[in-house]
Amino acid sequence: MARARVRVMPSKRNIELIMLLFTFGIFAFALAQVQLATIQVLSPEGWYFWGLPVALATGFHILLRYKASDADPLLLPIGFFLNSLGVVVIYRLDLAKSLTDADRTVGSRQVVWMVVAMLLAALVLWGVKNHLSFRKYIYISMALGVLLLLLPLLPVIGKTVNGAKLWVNLGVISFQPGELAKIALTVFFAGYLASRRESLAVVGRKVLGVRIPPARELGPIAFIWLASLGVLVLQRDLGTSLLYFGLFLVLIYVATARAFYVFVGLIMFASGALVASRFMSYVGGRINGWLDPLSEENYSAVGGSYQLVQSMFGLAHGGLFGTGLGGGLPQIVPLANSDFIISAIGEELGLVGIFAVLAMYMLLVARALRIANAHADDFSKLLSVGLGFVIALQVFIVIGGVFRVVPLTGLTTPLLAAGGSSLVANWIIIALLLRLSDTLPKAGTVAQ
Amino acid sequence: MTPEIRRVANVILLMFLSLFIAASAMQVVNADALNNDSRNQRPVFDGYKTQRGSILVDNKPIAESVPSNNAYHFLRKYSGNQYSAITGFYSLYQGRTGLENYLDSSLRGDNSGQFFEQLNALFSGNPVTGASVELSIDEKVQKVAWDALGDNKGAVIAMDPTTGRIIALVSKPGFDANLLSTHNTGDASANYKKLLTRNDAPLINRAIGGDLYAPGSVFKLVVASAAIESGKYTAQSKLPNPRTYTLPGTNTTITNSGESRCGGAKQVSIATALKLSCNIPFAELGIALGQDAIAAQAKKFGFGESVDIPMKSTASVYPEGMDAAQTGLSSFGQFDVRVSPLQMLMVSSAIANGGIEMQPFLVDQIFTSNLTLLQETKPAEIRRSISTSTSEALKNMMVMAVSSGVSSNASIPGVVVAGKTGTAENGVGEPYTLWFTGFAPAKNPQVAVAVVVENGGGYGQAGRGNSVAAPIAKKVMQAVLNK
Repeated sequence: MARARVRVMPSKRNIELIMLLFTFGIFAFALAQVQLATIQVLSPEGWYFWGLPVALATGFHILLRYKASDADPLLLPIGFFLNSLGVVVIYRLDLAKSLTDADRTVGSRQVVWMVVAMLLAALVLWGVKNHLSFRKYIYISMALGVLLLLLPLLPVIGKTVNGAKLWVNLGVISFQPGELAKIALTVFFAGYLASRRESLAVVGRKVLGVRIPPARELGPIAFIWLASLGVLVLQRDLGTSLLYFGLFLVLIYVATARAFYVFVGLIMFASGALVASRFMSYVGGRINGWLDPLSEENYSAVGGSYQLVQSMFGLAHGGLFGTGLGGGLPQIVPLANSDFIISAIGEELGLVGIFAVLAMYMLLVARALRIANAHADDFSKLLSVGLGFVIALQVFIVIGGVFRVVPLTGLTTPLLAAGGSSLVANWIIIALLLRLSDTLPKAGTVAQ
Repeated sequence: MTPEIRRVANVILLMFLSLFIAASAMQVVNADALNNDSRNQRPVFDGYKTQRGSILVDNKPIAESVPSNNAYHFLRKYSGNQYSAITGFYSLYQGRTGLENYLDSSLRGDNSGQFFEQLNALFSGNPVTGASVELSIDEKVQKVAWDALGDNKGAVIAMDPTTGRIIALVSKPGFDANLLSTHNTGDASANYKKLLTRNDAPLINRAIGGDLYAPGSVFKLVVASAAIESGKYTAQSKLPNPRTYTLPGTNTTITNSGESRCGGAKQVSIATALKLSCNIPFAELGIALGQDAIAAQAKKFGFGESVDIPMKSTASVYPEGMDAAQTGLSSFGQFDVRVSPLQMLMVSSAIANGGIEMQPFLVDQIFTSNLTLLQETKPAEIRRSISTSTSEALKNMMVMAVSSGVSSNASIPGVVVAGKTGTAENGVGEPYTLWFTGFAPAKNPQVAVAVVVENGGGYGQAGRGNSVAAPIAKKVMQAVLNK
């Protein structure tokens, strides 16, 4: 009789703990380096920047041990790593002897938001025992998503920042509801498509050899989708429009397995982009700035490529290994702590730093897809794919904009960029993925 | 759904792959070009961290970095307006120009020749000190050229025609580069705007281009060269010599300067026409040669290409696709012929140097702060522009032009000077552009010079190359020859 070889795997939570301790160490080291390089002393405020998030993450980890012990062990460390790197870079930009009297408290507020976001994520994890219960609330989820999208258009509380109407101002805090709407709409798309996938895929009459699903099946989802796009166009927020477009396309493709939808979607996208670039001057400007940012004409134009070019200079300056944290001049790039945070990372941590960050995102997305594959039911699969793809596409749109893969559009870099609503939304995504991974069928027998 | 999820995963993989590739392209492959973009302030800020090298003339700094008690550590100081066309400026937000721009990597210590110093800096933490640059400029000649130009707008450039070493390079009006290198960015920006919008355009380096000039009669050197190079003409070949000449296919008549016959006879030699700078014979000669032959000769003198001295000159232009009348006009340097003073200097230098054009250069040596030589410029030939015999013929004509022709004001007692003046028209009522280019001594040339004076030297249409430009050139040549 062959002897069974028993290989004891360390528990998932212990793996998570070790990974977390690594990220805590990296966080402390990075904060110290930033202080030494910019203000030449170790300032005690570093304890505040390090201590609060570390305490929260430790608490989150303990919560997982009790409430989701089978959850994926990498999600929390990856989220913490990216978020803490963002805090370090934002803090570093605050410390820079900025040429303008810009706000220098962005970093300390980001720490507060990081804590709040992790706290909310922990609450979501605690409160949502099983994500399948979401299936009962898909229409509420839809209504919530649309409402969140509409909020910034309302008088009084709506706020316009840099030409885009996507903020809500509630006196004390202002936030971007669109970030939260992406979760609500992902839940709705996943739930709706899971219940209608057969009828969308096979029912319907044929037109020119192509099966068109009945209007009552396709209608609600197409309406919601187009409405959200319309609102986004009115709000002048291209990045988010693109994000929803891509998310919807991927989910309907995964649900129905029909490339036809992708084909139609891409044609719609191409014609939409063409129309937008012709008739919306700011879109045309973005495209010119993307194609030829270095030309003097685009460089000096209002809304031209100045910011992109300054970021390119910074990235080139960083080169392969970067200037080291605190050694570069990322503060030259406008909005270095939000849309262009990746450029600050590239300047000071170099191409290797960029590769590390991209690898982290890839790993995060890969975990989401792995969870999707391991689930047996359609809703869980679609929800996991949707949440994973939303992160992947957002990373692609915003970082691709900085590296000139696509034209520049306004989007936050998930988990890195300064801004509370984005952090909250992405931490909630991580919480949902944790829950999804904890509820995998026959947990423990899934191939490692 | 599994195959669909796998395809989505592949798409995501491609998306990330494109980010990896684009990041590598921007941060590594294209990094050098981006780092050298003059709008890029980062190397400038970096530059302020280290002591930038000096630009030296006869071992005295005309631009140097002195310690300052602020965040920038060092302030760039310039010795005076007379070198502004050479040094350019080095500013925080207005970029950099001139040698400050073209020698930036050496000046800031980023030259590959300083690799070991950089390596040392990496481990020791001591910053690299920039390399210093010794120019070929002769301080005394530079000052003579600057003073001789007086209050005129224009340029003077002088070099050793046998080596290409530039001895003097002046563009007027100059500017005070200290106004732009100041760390007070508000002042720098206001000063820059002022300089940029001034009518007399002090930021333009008139010596090597910026805006080009109509050459007028100095272009006859190119046409005469083309004629003799063709083998169909010699200096003594005769051309019809009417008082007025109607350009073929038009009603436009042209005259010689002074509206007289050139030398009085019915026919005139090329040598006499050059000596007296007559337009009609050169128009006839140009039309007979054809624009292709002249264009080919102009190209051999360097028209159509810019020269790095190491600042980039503007390429001079001989027009294409002209009809016979336009060819005639362009043969005495009118119509759309446009040249830089550097280009005309290169023409007379090639004639002085037996037909061989030398690469003009401003930088003699580049050396590190501990005086290790990094780079030394050796004279280099660009090409043969004309044959030795053609150069002899041209030289003789130019000697005649100074000794007994209309370029007489360049003559220096005891020295045989070769030269050619020009008085270019710029349109009805517009003041003339005044020229001189030449060299001395004719037998054993030590200095070639080109002078351009805008705005008729203040005399409008009464200004002449011989009355305004030739005396300036004379002073410069005298300064070199100590006569």
